[in-house]
Amino acid sequence: MANKNKIDTIERPMSPHLQVYKISFTMIMSMMHRISGFILYLGSFLFLTWYLSIFFGQDAYNYVNQLFSLSIVKLALFLFTWIFFHHLFGGIRHFIWDVGLGFDLNSIEWLARLTILFSFISASLLWIL
Amino acid sequence: MAELTLPQNSKVQKGKEYPLEDDCENKKGFSIYRWSPDNDENPRTDYYEIDLSKCGPMVLDAIIKIKNEIDPTLTFRRSCREGICGSCAMNIDGVNTLACTKSIDDVKGDIKISPLPHQPVIKDLVPDLTNFYEQHKSVQPWLKTKSDQPEKEWYQSKEDREKVDGMYECIMCACCSTSCPSYWWNPDKYLGPAALLQANRWIKDSRDEYKEERLDELDDAFKVYSCRTIMNCAKSCPKGLSPAKAIADIKKELATRK
Repeated sequence: MANKNKIDTIERPMSPHLQVYKISFTMIMSMMHRISGFILYLGSFLFLTWYLSIFFGQDAYNYVNQLFSLSIVKLALFLFTWIFFHHLFGGIRHFIWDVGLGFDLNSIEWLARLTILFSFISASLLWIL
Repeated sequence: MAELTLPQNSKVQKGKEYPLEDDCENKKGFSIYRWSPDNDENPRTDYYEIDLSKCGPMVLDAIIKIKNEIDPTLTFRRSCREGICGSCAMNIDGVNTLACTKSIDDVKGDIKISPLPHQPVIKDLVPDLTNFYEQHKSVQPWLKTKSDQPEKEWYQSKEDREKVDGMYECIMCACCSTSCPSYWWNPDKYLGPAALLQANRWIKDSRDEYKEERLDELDDAFKVYSCRTIMNCAKSCPKGLSPAKAIADIKKELATRK
């Protein structure tokens, strides 16, 4: 008997997901943690350039230092340190969860807020000092 | 790789409108996802208006009213109307919840309703949860023992019984699993919050004697570890449970056992 409602006889649409789901703070933080991890990987090449320039002598080192003192590059470096701390504190947040703490709905919001706050404070302190 | 957009046949189009003709003070609009297997059209969003002074307080009351009085073709699951059967789970105003326990007044403006996310649609708000139930079955959610059957029941102390609090209350409505982006992208490999909460419910049960085997079964790169603690599960659970906590418990068991 042909049954049109049999699950696999017709092509069914997929219900909307990202298109409808309300984006929450913890959702963004999870994305940020993964993106920041990737940027840390890319950013490590900046430091590699810096180290390698020492190997290539005084001139190369001076040139890279000059490049890093451009305000646009400085801004990028500042953002990079912020991302570093964001990932660091995000990691601590994950450690707290790994021991089984901080799972009630208030705690998850507060842990996310503190991660943002501490990452900004730490990045700013590093650049002021 | 995650498919962030909907496939061509799933793109939602603008649908019909059923505005309220009489002017009334308590008018409320509902935008509801529609799809029927009876023709080849894409899904669409139909818009209905109802008079809230002639309607019960919950979203389920509203969609029953729409089905009874405006459009009898509107299809959805419902049964107990008091948050214990889990049938009317759907995405309301961007978050998965039960239509019967979600108050209409909680949503400002028009209420958008769609089926549980990232599932094949059977009709309108009815998703096909076959995969979800298979995963539940795969964790063997029943008491498994090695010792001989006792003459009467399997005893459990009050303290041991309390260890399954926060898990035994799960009604398997699928709000959590279908709210989880990790589950959207890996529905075949990741077990999802609901099945894992159920798995942990039996791992924690003092009467169960298959804890090690249960953990062996879960010790896999995807089944548990696809959880990224995004927390949508805990935020959407209509029973106020935390599948995220249950998953963390399983991870801890896996990491600390010998």
